[in-house]
Amino acid sequence: MSDPSTKDSATTKTPMVYICGECHSENEIRPRDPIRCRECGYRIMYKKRTKRLIVFDAR
Amino acid sequence: MASINDDKPRVILNEFKTTQNIPSVLDQTFHIKTFKKNLRVVIVRLDNLELEFDLIGIHPFIANTFRRLMLSDVPSMAIEKVHIYNNTSIIQDEVLAHRLGLIPLKADPRLFNFKVADSGENDQDNLEFELKIKCTRIKDENKDSSRIDDIYKNHSVYSKHIKWIPNGNQAETFKEEDVGPVHDDILIAKLRPGHELDLKLIAVKSIGRDHAKFSPVATAFYRLLPDIKLTREVEGEAAERLQKCFSPGVIGLRHLKDGRTVAVVNNSRYDSTSRNVYRYDDLKDAVIMTKIQDHFIFSVESVGSMAPDVIFTEAVKMLKEKCMSLLDELEQS
Repeated sequence: MSDPSTKDSATTKTPMVYICGECHSENEIRPRDPIRCRECGYRIMYKKRTKRLIVFDAR
Repeated sequence: MASINDDKPRVILNEFKTTQNIPSVLDQTFHIKTFKKNLRVVIVRLDNLELEFDLIGIHPFIANTFRRLMLSDVPSMAIEKVHIYNNTSIIQDEVLAHRLGLIPLKADPRLFNFKVADSGENDQDNLEFELKIKCTRIKDENKDSSRIDDIYKNHSVYSKHIKWIPNGNQAETFKEEDVGPVHDDILIAKLRPGHELDLKLIAVKSIGRDHAKFSPVATAFYRLLPDIKLTREVEGEAAERLQKCFSPGVIGLRHLKDGRTVAVVNNSRYDSTSRNVYRYDDLKDAVIMTKIQDHFIFSVESVGSMAPDVIFTEAVKMLKEKCMSLLDELEQS
């Protein structure tokens, strides 16, 4: 949060990967791109799971 | 009734109530000399996973103490923390973690320490495992096949996919086959193409009181030795009916030379002591069902990390330690 400008530029440069709700293929979508699957044309996209580590108790 | 008036303390199973032939063993005061003289241990059956043995001449409270110690105080290793880096399968993180915790591990708990909060990095109190698997579609080969094994690779995750990662100098003290899951065919999750698991599993040592997954036994129970006596001859159709009232093998049929068939008691040890025989008015008076009050048949089933006889001796050691620490406490106060 200390330097919002670098964070902002990083998000615009690197495309986000989304998963198609229909064919489950991975799509790279940049800001202001049409939200549409390249494989099947479906318009509902899902975010990928976080890459952050989650720890659970095995109970 | 003469046949049950021997010196053995018995519970007599009547139709609607139980009686005793001599005052209960529970009421007798404990004397170490008579206890030492009367105690007998007979091992009936022992293999890698199961143990059946008789403890004869012991008080029920001691027998029960051993049972409870085996269930909830003898330690074992189990997966306790699950670090989830990725889980895109349909099974939820917490459910997956719970399932992994219940997998029995081969690691010998006697070679490990209990985890303490501030021990830091330590190869004496934990085991680390890794589970990395990704499901993919198998192309070209057997195009027409609809068998799941021909279509998908890694569609089922089994306990054999769990890989051990040695910490510190664990690699020198242990071998992979000595610490991993007891069974390699435990189904953990099912995957479809694109699903992926990337987990790190931490196993620690603890006791069954903490969580049932740490219990070293699948079951540990005891029952009293049943004894069945026939007071009169039962023949023909009644003998067959009598045989059906008890567990298989308890009542046998003997064919006499004069053509009659009579019932005999073959082996009353494995009777379930159901009182089905009291349903028949004509058979009621032919049997006396009793249980020997100080004859305990123990059955111990190990989950696989320790042999069942080792589990029992650990329980005995534990009782001794607990008694010693109690005596110490009493002396100090």
